[in-house]
Amino acid sequence: MRTSIILQTATRFLQPLLLLFSFFLLLVGHNEPGGGFAGGLVAAAALILHALAYGVDSARRTLGVDPRTLIGAGLLVAASSGLGALAAGLPLLTGLWRGGLGTPLLFDAGVYLVVIGGTLLMVFSLMEE
Amino acid sequence: MNVLLPLPLLMPLLTAVLCLLGWRSRRWQQAASLAGGFALLAVAVVLLVAVRRTGVQAVAVGSWPPPYGIVLVVDLFSALMVLVSAIIGVATIIYSLATVDAARENYGYHPLVHVLLAGVCGAFLTGDVFNLYVWFEVMLIASFVLMALGGERIQMEGAIKYVTLNLVSSAIFLAAVGILYGLAGTLNMADLAMKLRPAQGDGMVVTVSLMFMAAFGIKAAVFPLFFWLPASYHVPPVAVSALFAGLLTKVGVYALVRLFTLVFVQDVGFTHTLLLVVAGLTMASGVLGAAVQREFRRILSFHIVSQIGYMVMGLALFTPLAVSGAVFYIIHHIIVKTNLFLIAGLVSRLQGTEALALLGGLYRWRPALAMLFLIPALSLAGIPPLSGFFAKLILVRAGLETRQYAIVATALLVSLLTLFSMTKIWQEAFWKQAPALDPAVAPAPAGPAYKVAAGAAVALAALTVSIGLGAEFLLRLSSEAAGQLLDPSAYVAAVLGGRP
Repeated sequence: MRTSIILQTATRFLQPLLLLFSFFLLLVGHNEPGGGFAGGLVAAAALILHALAYGVDSARRTLGVDPRTLIGAGLLVAASSGLGALAAGLPLLTGLWRGGLGTPLLFDAGVYLVVIGGTLLMVFSLMEE
Repeated sequence: MNVLLPLPLLMPLLTAVLCLLGWRSRRWQQAASLAGGFALLAVAVVLLVAVRRTGVQAVAVGSWPPPYGIVLVVDLFSALMVLVSAIIGVATIIYSLATVDAARENYGYHPLVHVLLAGVCGAFLTGDVFNLYVWFEVMLIASFVLMALGGERIQMEGAIKYVTLNLVSSAIFLAAVGILYGLAGTLNMADLAMKLRPAQGDGMVVTVSLMFMAAFGIKAAVFPLFFWLPASYHVPPVAVSALFAGLLTKVGVYALVRLFTLVFVQDVGFTHTLLLVVAGLTMASGVLGAAVQREFRRILSFHIVSQIGYMVMGLALFTPLAVSGAVFYIIHHIIVKTNLFLIAGLVSRLQGTEALALLGGLYRWRPALAMLFLIPALSLAGIPPLSGFFAKLILVRAGLETRQYAIVATALLVSLLTLFSMTKIWQEAFWKQAPALDPAVAPAPAGPAYKVAAGAAVALAALTVSIGLGAEFLLRLSSEAAGQLLDPSAYVAAVLGGRP
């Protein structure tokens, strides 16, 4: 695969910025536009940029876990945000709050992981073909 | 109910999570998938018993009060549908343990099956029209991947037709949901039932109801929108097409029944007469399509279309007996049709082909398999004392009571032609000499995988026989369900808490 030094250098600057921004989007989604879906897409974009510049193998190493595991973990986190309410005897997905933090944030975190996992699973398998 | 009602959604979802987290190990995925299937079955039984005892139940998800939030509602019809889906889920999972290859399992076969089951159960349990759309999409996306998984050339061809037609249907569905929201200002089904009841003769409401009819008609494969089904159902692995054959079109039928008993009853003289005409044409075109086919699963696919006609007929006649007949028919059909697909898979495993011309001699080598085929085949055609006989009997009686003689004649003629089709399969695959094989040499002895797969088919056949022998029990359940469908006051009260 041909690599471009410009893209590689740019990636070195852009990737941490994108990841930081994705985290910002995830957290700001609590009260304002943003959230797990948008944040997850930006985080996936950071890793796709890495894959374009350095190759899929390097991107997989950077990610550290298989995208499929990420989807599973994300679903589990999102489901657990709903299950907490069941344990408290309330209907599924009822928000439980302590201070300013609540289970909806957990749901968003789950969505964040599922979106990263799902997007990367698709893009990586297409790039490897 | 807070805990029990969402469990049919949570069980498959959590099973999918378990399968995904352990995706490296094939054994783990299989064990988790099977355990999840049985857990869903257990939950479905408990839910049915609870609903029978306490009547219609509703839960406001996230504690957002209806009609603003989304509600999950379960009545007897929903509970029966969830139960029969769980049965089909378990049967196809057992069958796929023995037949689905490692590559497909590695690419997420088991999680997808459970996501599909979650989508199906969600569609049965939701009390909100937009949420119904969402569950339809969950189910369809899982089914798109299952259909294309494996990437064989013929699969891609079938998948493209399937995806395209279903996307068109989803677009119509979504547009109809938007217009309905504009008209009524709510999408909660119970609230819609209250708000639209006085709208008798409102042309806009009837128009929207026709858009819903078209959208669900494509998904349920009724005339003239069925052509995607026979073009795609024979291409994926047998376990997948058995699951699709049993469940997917029936979710479309369920949605038709739900909306056209609860919400769109303003102009029954027009909408339900149209449904009756569609039902007759669906029966006839499906069975005639099957008559010219020469391949096992293709014949069965056309028969799905034809059988959908009977279910729609029950809805269209719109009397208590007819609707209970439709409920009975859906349950009978799901079990029988899945079973026939599983048996088609066993046959092609033994002889390596599904073309009837090349099959043969199975009665001589595998008499037990031949008998196993006869049970669902005769039930499909409506021979007593199997389940299909009672299903058809109820519908025919309902037709005679309402003096709809044309539809009764069509139904009887179509079941005769169904018998002809089943005889054709029997004659070609089981009775005649196998042309390609030496008649003296039996096919390869059945391995343990074959026995596991056959076990699933035997269990479903036993269920067909016991529905036939214990028809009265299921009839009582389905007429209670029909009573709840035709008198929505209990449903509305459960959702809106008795408010007018």
